Amino acid sequence: MGQLVLFWVIAPLSILSAGAMLLARNVVHAALLLIVNFFTLAVFFLMLGSPFLFVVQIIVYAGAIMVLFLFVIMLLGVEPEDSLYERIKAQRILSILVGLGLALELFFAVRLGVGLNRGNIPDFSRVNRGGNIQALARILFGPYFFPFELTSILLIVAAIGAMLHGRRQIATEETIDLPADGAQELDEPPLQELETAR
Amino acid sequence: MRTPIGWYLVVSGILFTLGTLGVLVRRNALVIFMSVELQLNGVNLALVAFSRQQGNLNGQVLAFFSMAVAAAEVVVGLAIIVSLYRKRRSTNVDDASLLRW
Repeated sequence: MGQLVLFWVIAPLSILSAGAMLLARNVVHAALLLIVNFFTLAVFFLMLGSPFLFVVQIIVYAGAIMVLFLFVIMLLGVEPEDSLYERIKAQRILSILVGLGLALELFFAVRLGVGLNRGNIPDFSRVNRGGNIQALARILFGPYFFPFELTSILLIVAAIGAMLHGRRQIATEETIDLPADGAQELDEPPLQELETAR
Repeated sequence: MRTPIGWYLVVSGILFTLGTLGVLVRRNALVIFMSVELQLNGVNLALVAFSRQQGNLNGQVLAFFSMAVAAAEVVVGLAIIVSLYRKRRSTNVDDASLLRW
């Protein structure tokens, strides 16, 4: 019973925070509402018998990813208004229709496929024997070991990619190791021209 | 009395839809990116709910992988947004229209 009450408290909170994120004019408000949404999802994970994902959701999403988001928002400065100008005609109406269709489709798919009130949920304590984290580690380092290693490659590639995208262009000022008389500059065009040519 | 799995899936579907709407409607690249995160989270919720229904941990492992991919994606995406901002002085996606006919 307690779980049912908790679900009906958390579920509206989750949907409301997501909806408010869409409507928030201020980017910082959107980010903060998204953090609320991540926390509600963490509670869902806990209710579904996954304390590990509960912790990871809070640490990785609400912690690391949202801090990164807020960092970039602060770095770029907050633009006061989203412009209401539409490049594609009636884009807003069309996308709301598409969203409505998608929601209805998902709802009926769930109703037909899983059923809304079917209560026969298998006992999860057998699966989580010895603790959820231990059980997850057994399966992660067993059949899922190769994808797990691929994830590490993905993270390295992502870090290098972010570094390449995020770095500034090469500084155009002269440095002290360039010759002062300008003899070198006849052979190759100065960096400034290279920059503009690019 | 436990909550039936179907309701978790409904919530997950609603979150995914709201994320899709955000991607389609909003023009700020950062908010679009946050909406993509919302979509990913909706799918994560569905994966964990299915894992609960099937009585095994495969869904949870998949959700874990999707979190790792989301972290990598956020890093690269935000770097692209920052470099776009350097070029165009704006995070509005309509301003990046160089390839538009």
